Amino acid sequence: MKNKISVLPLVMAVMMLAGCQKSEDSKASSVADKGKLMMATTTSTADTGLLDYLAPIFKEDTGYTLEWASVGTGEAITMGENGDVDVILVHAKASEEEFVAEGYGVKRFPVMYNDFVVVGPADPIEKNDDIGEVFKAITEQELKFINRGDDSGTDKKEKKIWTSIDVDPAVNPNYIQSGQGMGATLTMADEMKAYCLSDRGTYLKYKSDSTIGLELEVICEGDKNLLNQYGVIAVSPDKYADTNIEGAEEFINWICSEKIQKLISEYGVADYGQALFTPNAGTDA
Amino acid sequence: MKFISELVAKGFSDVGVMSAVKTTLIMAISSTIISAVFGIIIGLLLERFNFKGKKIVVRINRTLMGVPPVVIGLVVYMLLMRRGPLGSLHILFTVKGMIFAQVLIITPIVSGMIYSSALKSAMPIRFFAKTMGANSRQTSFLIIKEMRSEIYFALVAGFGRAISEVGAVMLVGGNIKGSTRTMTTAISLLKSQGIFSEGIALGVMLLLIAFILQWITDFLRKEEIVDENY
Repeated sequence: MKNKISVLPLVMAVMMLAGCQKSEDSKASSVADKGKLMMATTTSTADTGLLDYLAPIFKEDTGYTLEWASVGTGEAITMGENGDVDVILVHAKASEEEFVAEGYGVKRFPVMYNDFVVVGPADPIEKNDDIGEVFKAITEQELKFINRGDDSGTDKKEKKIWTSIDVDPAVNPNYIQSGQGMGATLTMADEMKAYCLSDRGTYLKYKSDSTIGLELEVICEGDKNLLNQYGVIAVSPDKYADTNIEGAEEFINWICSEKIQKLISEYGVADYGQALFTPNAGTDA
Repeated sequence: MKFISELVAKGFSDVGVMSAVKTTLIMAISSTIISAVFGIIIGLLLERFNFKGKKIVVRINRTLMGVPPVVIGLVVYMLLMRRGPLGSLHILFTVKGMIFAQVLIITPIVSGMIYSSALKSAMPIRFFAKTMGANSRQTSFLIIKEMRSEIYFALVAGFGRAISEVGAVMLVGGNIKGSTRTMTTAISLLKSQGIFSEGIALGVMLLLIAFILQWITDFLRKEEIVDENY
């Protein structure tokens, strides 16, 4: 058993070299099929359609078929901890760093950010760029507010904002928890004329694609507390020897490459008039 | 076993377990009762009367017995939403709305089962009642009384569907903590948070509740049968 494990990295290295060689030789033609790469990611990257857009390009560039489970950040990290996936792409920096510190992840790389917006009916809250003021007004006026309450990155972000302005949202009797994903929560908020915190990408996508057409407006944007940083982490082969580490590393290099970062910065402009994500690989975000 | 020790040590996390149990029971019991009334009446009427297109109605009923609840959930959602035809009722994201959806799911199950068993047993009972000179109202009561075992099983099936439902109640109820969150939607939420141990514990609780209710109804039923023998 011990021998087997120590040989594995060597085999992997050889395979990786072989893979690289091949892709350099036949740049023009398509790359050989290298099988599946399994990723756990947040609902926002999937709901915005970004992954549907990137996956075929990834296949073309590297030969890996990217498959993903789109779940809340909490579950995505658990899936990584259980070795069910090879790589995670999530947005909760503190949890991500913990994931790496506990040895489940190899290293965290920043990829891109998008921002959160508070959405809801335009009346009675006036549009404002101070998240503290908006949240305080909602609590004081006991307006309906839907919290995801599902331990997702968005949920964590919202709770962090409440803590930072020192307001307990639960004193508002109309503060409810949906326990569902971003899309479902946005649809609920629209239906109930309630406010909620959403990532801009999912909001724009639902605003333009939903059959019933959301009436929600952006009430607050631009506050620096509303930035949402995504990180990508390969699941450590030290914990799970059968994880696809070479595929994961190739994915990380690929998504942080200049070419893909540029594609990310352009994604959504044609459909929504603005980019959904801002790439920032290589920074220390 | 690690699950259990973890749970004992930490208790349930903040998903509102007690209120979810309460909502589940209120929803499952009331939707079963309402569906029972509709289902028994529809099932018996279908057996009693012949009309043009009856075959089609029976076939539609059978199809609806296996309708995916999430489809009913979507339809009910669209009926009840603010801009939908029943939007003025304001029962979307309430327990009432969930019961509405559940009744649509369970009624065909009850009526389909009642119809099938009435086909077999109602005719001889009706014949017997007629020879005894019973009027039509007395005959109907006799049929229901004689078919109580079949009715019981139809209700058990309906209740089983009601308590285990997740797709429709998630859509229509919205899984709101403390109000429309049921045990099944709480399990779904716990899973999405990666807290599997508590999900399993809630699942076991759900089964226990179903078991106890089953046991109580069985007990009541036996009492009744004993009475009859005297």
